[in-house]
Order: sequence, then C-alpha cells, then structure tokens
Amino acid sequence: MSAHTIATTRSATGIPTGRLAVWWVLCSEIVVFGGILVSYIMHRLGHPEWAHQAAHTNLWIGAFNTLVLLSSSLSAVLAHKAAEEGNGPRAARLLLATVGGGFTFLIVKSVEWTIEISQGEVIQSGGFWSYYYTAAGIHATHVIAGMVIMCFIAADAMKNRNLHRVELVGIYWHFVDIVWIFLFPLLYIAK
Amino acid sequence: MSAHGHTAEHSPGHPPGHAAAHPVHRNYIKIWGILVVLLVISVAGPFLGIRVVTLATAFGIALVKAYMVAKNFMHLDVEKPIVHWLLAIILVLMVLLFAGVAPDVMKDKGRMWKKGPEFHTLPPEHAPEAGGGHGAESH
Repeated sequence: MSAHTIATTRSATGIPTGRLAVWWVLCSEIVVFGGILVSYIMHRLGHPEWAHQAAHTNLWIGAFNTLVLLSSSLSAVLAHKAAEEGNGPRAARLLLATVGGGFTFLIVKSVEWTIEISQGEVIQSGGFWSYYYTAAGIHATHVIAGMVIMCFIAADAMKNRNLHRVELVGIYWHFVDIVWIFLFPLLYIAK
Repeated sequence: MSAHGHTAEHSPGHPPGHAAAHPVHRNYIKIWGILVVLLVISVAGPFLGIRVVTLATAFGIALVKAYMVAKNFMHLDVEKPIVHWLLAIILVLMVLLFAGVAPDVMKDKGRMWKKGPEFHTLPPEHAPEAGGGHGAESH
C-alpha cells in the first residue's frame, strides 16, 4: 500500500497548505502586476500626449474580453461549488468551460494584436504601446498558465480525485480576472 | 442558485483537517449579472463625452467589480485574517511605490534636474496629424 500525501491545515494560520500557497503566489503576482499598473498610471499622468496613442485601442474588443473573463470566473466558481458537493465530473466540465473562456480570450487578443501590428502599432512605437503589449502580454501568459493547470486538475476531478484543487486554481483564475478588470479601463477607456 | 464559500470540515472538495469556515450562501449567477451590468455602465460612460464621468465610471466601477470578484468568487470575506494581512501589506507597498517614484515622473523639474521640451513629444509617426504608423521611442 502506497502512502498518499494530502494537503493538511497549517496550525499557525488555520489555512490548508495548498490554499495558503496560492495566496502567497498571488501576493507575488500583485507585486508584478501592481508594479506594472502603478508605473503605467504615473507615466500616463506624466505624459498627456500618450492619449494620441491610446486612442487607437478598440473599446469593444476590450469590453468583449472583459465579458469573457467575467463569465469564465463564473464557471470557475461553479466548478468549486460542484467540487464541494463531491461532483467531480461536473466540476471537471465546468473547469473545461473555463478553459474555453480563456481560449476565447486569447483568440480575440490575437486578432486584436494582429490588427494593431498590421497598422504599425508595435511595442517600440512609443511609451503607451510598450506598456500595452507588456501588460497585456504578461496577463495573457497568466491566462495560458491557468488554462494548462486547469486541464490537469479537470483530468483528476473527472475521476473524483484531489477535488480541493478545484478551489485553488479557481482563486488563481479570479485573480487573473481582477487584473484584467483594471487593465481594461487603463488601456481601453481612459483615453 | 446558491452555494457555500469555504467548505465545512471533511467535505468532498477538501482534505481531512480543513477547518470549517462560516458557510455563506451566494447566488453566483446573480453576482455575475451584476458584474455584467457594471461592465455595460463602464463602457457607456465614455459616450457621454464628460471626462470626469468617464474616469469615475471606468475606475470606480473597476474597483467595485474587483471587490465583488474577490469577495464573492475568491471568498475573501470568509478567508482567514492572515490572508487579509498579506494582501493589505502588499497593497500598501504598491502605494509606497507610487508615492516614492511618482513625483519624479510627473513633475517637470526637481533637485538638479529639469525635463526638456522633448520629454513630451511623440515620434513623428504618432503625432496627432499623422495618425498612426510606428517609429522610435521619443525619450
């Protein structure tokens, strides 16, 4: 009989080890994204002329992608609920729906970037575009990472294994959603 | 539809030893609907053409949406105090970063330095009358 290690609750914090680890990761992510967003805000305020560059972003594409991510957060939290009820297959299906939302987000983002690059708006085109591609690119990388992790967790959940991980990846995904909630007005509305 | 936040001890979604939290009933569909309505308002704001309204609807609503997602989807309201402390400390560091660096970025002069007029120029391809194209960074 082989031993199976499971996450236990840390006595000092009262939090399961896995969830505590996710919150630690998110704190480091706040430093990454917070640094980018804060430095963008201060440079944007210091460079009113960036408005001419920001005017080229497409509000409707940004709004659609916000809707996609909000909806994927809904499926992620419903997956958590299904996992709490012990319904692994349903949790897995909802996680895969969340992955589908991430995939939709990336496709739309790819089309958007293709249009912008074909119009000559590249990362070297100015301060605004440097921030735009850097912030959105790092965010998209996190979307891809979340999708990959979710596929592994969904495969386990389908067999009713490690259902507590559904909540953990959900917390991460909601954070990625929150980052976009702030990127959307910064890059698409405040022109 | 309603659901719990963090689960009670020995629930299927959590390992044995998971401390029970206060169960909170949430209607996730309704919360999502509110988030979508807020998104529509933030998109509609700029069409009024009033800059203050645009910024208020954009960033005010972003704060509300982020709060709703953190509270209801991440279940931050029933999370242990240490998580709140962790997040608060990190957010304070962000404010310190802004306060410590912003004056040099946003002001035109300081001790022993002054920004020249070229600081606020755009590459020729991005000047308002040219409208698009790419070129070198301006500073």
